[in-house]
Amino acid sequence: MQKIEAIIQPSKLDAVKEALIEAGVEGMTILEARGHGRQKGHTEFYRGREYSVDVLPKIKLELVIADAMVERAVQAILKTAGTGRIGDGKIFISRIDNAIRIRNDERGEAAL
Amino acid sequence: MRWVSARTTVFFSGIIGWTGLLQAQTGSVNNAAIQQHLQQLDQAVANAQLSADNAWMLVCAALVLMMTIPGLALFYGGLVRKKNVLSTMMHSFAMVGIVSVVWAFVGYSLCFGSGTSFIGGLHHLFLRGVGAAPNPAYAATIPQSTFMIYQLMFAIITPALISGAFAERMKFSAMALFSLLWSLFVYAPMAHMVWGKGGLLNASLGGAIPTLDFAGGTVVHVTSGVSALVCALYLGKRLHYPKEPMPPHSVVLSFVGAGMLWVGWFGFNAGSALSAGTLATSAFVATHLGAAAAAIGWSLAEWMRNGKPSALGAISGAVAGLVAITPAAGFVGPMSALAIGFLAGLFCYFMVVKVKQRFGYDDSLDAFGVHGAGGTLGAILTGIFASRVINPIFKDAHGNALPVGWLDGNWMQVPHQLVGIAIAWVVSIVGTLVLLKIVDLLVGLRVAGSEEAEGLDLTQHGEEGYDWEIAAS
Repeated sequence: MQKIEAIIQPSKLDAVKEALIEAGVEGMTILEARGHGRQKGHTEFYRGREYSVDVLPKIKLELVIADAMVERAVQAILKTAGTGRIGDGKIFISRIDNAIRIRNDERGEAAL
Repeated sequence: MRWVSARTTVFFSGIIGWTGLLQAQTGSVNNAAIQQHLQQLDQAVANAQLSADNAWMLVCAALVLMMTIPGLALFYGGLVRKKNVLSTMMHSFAMVGIVSVVWAFVGYSLCFGSGTSFIGGLHHLFLRGVGAAPNPAYAATIPQSTFMIYQLMFAIITPALISGAFAERMKFSAMALFSLLWSLFVYAPMAHMVWGKGGLLNASLGGAIPTLDFAGGTVVHVTSGVSALVCALYLGKRLHYPKEPMPPHSVVLSFVGAGMLWVGWFGFNAGSALSAGTLATSAFVATHLGAAAAAIGWSLAEWMRNGKPSALGAISGAVAGLVAITPAAGFVGPMSALAIGFLAGLFCYFMVVKVKQRFGYDDSLDAFGVHGAGGTLGAILTGIFASRVINPIFKDAHGNALPVGWLDGNWMQVPHQLVGIAIAWVVSIVGTLVLLKIVDLLVGLRVAGSEEAEGLDLTQHGEEGYDWEIAAS
């Protein structure tokens, strides 16, 4: 089991979600996040004073999926979340020790 | 005339009919009866005028109160950080409570009672003698109580405006005490000098140095704006200002507030005609055009400087125009109003964007940049543009209208305006400094650094403005 954390542009959420569901991913967690990588922010003006807004809105998706599905999910994200510009986001993958369904205590990949 | 009652019409028809009948019968014997009816007619017409003026003035009083709550509360509230929104709104709201009580006890008397050239007396202490009967010195067709309550709304908003300078760092107790004292020791003398009977600067009641101030350019805006600057300098800058950006948490709230200020300002300016006649119309028109031109002026300046006209800039410009037209509203024509507004938009933009940066004072919500500077400019321009065609306030011994402003033929008015402005500046600076010192010694002015960081809503009021916690349900 692996966890995919994908930080993407908020405007890409719908497209990425659809692509993941089509790829067979059945569950995901969506968080509103703020942050930046190499993408600089933008400047705003308030009362003549210029200040830069570095902390940009992003969407973070968290998926825990079976090993066999990981590459399919990554491809789905890569195809739909990108614009070719800086600020498209990143995908992080980590290993998950266990997964448990709260309803019936199912464990392992069956719980996904 | 819509507001002539049916009863009056009946009287009139009755008289015509009756007169005809009696002439046929008895000739001049019923002169006395006719006289009596004519007197009743006169009274009915006077009552009708009183009703019209009183209705208008009561509405105006309500409009001006709306300028404070929620107009100014929203305008200022939106401009501060989220953690201080309630505290900022409380600055306005507290004024309504505190100043109203002080006004009823002694404020009205000090402003509008007969006294010296500088301050009124205690004749109207506890509103004694203030009732249904008009006070002809001020407004002959409305109850003095209406005049009193209308003026109260001005007394309320003036200290509320100052709060823009010390937002996000002043103790609530200090603000309350300071504002209470300020309304007695700075506002009352200024209001009396410009508007009170016997006041040194009163243009309509024979003051020694007639200063034209139709609705409060000097009395309200210069005093509050200059006092605001003093407060900003005395209290010092907010923590981490100007390094840390402190943008408004809700320009939307400020937008709504500004809209209410614009509409309410019709009560502020047009209501200062103290009657529902043509002068009110003139002031209404001038007010609106001044605001419109100023919004454009500020927006143009901002567009050229930053490449984009901001929403906040547009509404700030409108407010600046409303401030500047305030002393001029009932003295200038529509074209002059446009000019005054446009100049105010440019001037106040410059004050807020360049001058504030240059000198580095933290006038958080630009109370000085908009009200102090805009009021000063407006008062000067009033001396230039005031016209007897709009308002023949100066008359000679035969009742002929004399020139009012510079372009009208009375260049002396400009120096008079400058004297009035200078007095307002001095009274504000000295009064505010003394009062700040006293309040500082009594309760302390500024919240602690940790409280300022945590936010005044929590530390001063134990509340949060918005309860958007994730796990509430």
